[in-house]
Amino acid sequence: MEYAYYPGCSLEATGRPYDVSLRLVFQRLGIGLKEIEDWNCCGATSYISMNKLTAYSLTARNLAYAERMGLDVCAPCSSCFTILSKVNRHMRWGEEHKAHINEVLAAAGLSYSASLEVLHPLGILVDFYGIERIQERVVRRLEGLKVAPYYGCQIVRPQGRFDDREDPQQLDNLFAALGADVVPFPMKVRCCGGMLMTSYEDVALKLNRDILTAASDAGADVVVTTCPLCQINLEAYQDRINKVYGERFHMPVIYFTQLLGLALGLSREELKLDEMVVPLPTTDQRRIEVHA
Amino acid sequence: MMTPAPVALGSKEAELRAAFWDQVATFPNGSKIRDCIQCGTCTGSCPVAHAMDISPRELVALFRAGFLEDILRSRSIWICASCYACTVRCPQGIRVTDSVYALKRLAAKKGIFPKTFPAHALSEAFVGNIHSFGRNWELWLGLKYYLSTHPTGLLSPNVQKFALRMLRRGRLAIRPTRIRGMKEVRAIIKKAQSMGGL
Repeated sequence: MEYAYYPGCSLEATGRPYDVSLRLVFQRLGIGLKEIEDWNCCGATSYISMNKLTAYSLTARNLAYAERMGLDVCAPCSSCFTILSKVNRHMRWGEEHKAHINEVLAAAGLSYSASLEVLHPLGILVDFYGIERIQERVVRRLEGLKVAPYYGCQIVRPQGRFDDREDPQQLDNLFAALGADVVPFPMKVRCCGGMLMTSYEDVALKLNRDILTAASDAGADVVVTTCPLCQINLEAYQDRINKVYGERFHMPVIYFTQLLGLALGLSREELKLDEMVVPLPTTDQRRIEVHA
Repeated sequence: MMTPAPVALGSKEAELRAAFWDQVATFPNGSKIRDCIQCGTCTGSCPVAHAMDISPRELVALFRAGFLEDILRSRSIWICASCYACTVRCPQGIRVTDSVYALKRLAAKKGIFPKTFPAHALSEAFVGNIHSFGRNWELWLGLKYYLSTHPTGLLSPNVQKFALRMLRRGRLAIRPTRIRGMKEVRAIIKKAQSMGGL
């Protein structure tokens, strides 16, 4: 298994622990990741709000480079995943739409025939690699750890291929198989507000407070996420939420690849767990049993 | 605030509507917005409807009644965080989120709101980053956004605390990554703009 890797801008900075842990987990499982050469920003929700053809064509530049590699695309950021998938589907919608984008790409000497699939690493791990094979590699079971699986909005709908758009099970099944106690989490696909945290902070704070309340009420020790924007909103703004709403959240919010990496025997340092704002309690405190 | 719907549409409204139909023709089932049954599933599913001045269901109702310009002036379309909850639940298969994107583009194109409108200013700053570096540089995005909307925001302890916290953890880049293919990026932007951008 090998994929063309599109990290996206967040994973170069605020989402660095996601990039590092994803690469290590894939390496440990023997799944290849080749970074798309000189990739550019997907434009996220911003460029498509301003100019659609430019936004789609800039995204298609990345797909064109991936197609030269002959590999399906792995996009870990929910926003990148959504935009890349959207453009891919748009170009498969009809020959005229493909030709339209390719007319723009031609100005840069590029073309894309829409032959690739755009995938999220969660889908690659659970649906293609398989939970059973992951279990075979586990060296440290997550026994006793209460996990709230947070999928966020964009990877689940409408571009994702998840089992259920309202109550997806991929993260639930993955971490249950690793021994964790996956708590019922009704807010698992509720939106975190994304960039609203910058433009309309009051609106986004409420969304994140609601999600954290659900995780806390369910008795979760940790929230696992699949998206850099969800991660930063839920984690880095926690003290702001506490101040505004008089709450006392101290909830670790980590990438699903970081927790999976721990189960696979990678260290906290390797997985950049020390770069998180709210620290994940150490294994001793949480009595995660080690079955070597 | 709002005047009753005119019998015949004004010329500006007619022009905006034509531009709107052009926008929604760029995605599959874009014209299905005509099939809306006003059930309110979109509004009930929207996590930010409480913060909107016009709810998602009302957007369609007002559009039908000939108030597109009022819709474009609303903050609702910029509050939408593109979570697609409405889109996957709409019983009529209307692409609500994509239609809201179409409204954003129309409002941006017609310049129908103040320059300092927060969500639009953020999109502008984001797009500017791509034009300069080919990638988003989060630090510069924040700086540009605050400078163009409310510069005093940069003095806010919350903003500074956030930036410092990320910097200390090595999670904020102090320099941008400029891609090598900026020539390609510029050629794509120029060509797409010359083709009308739809």
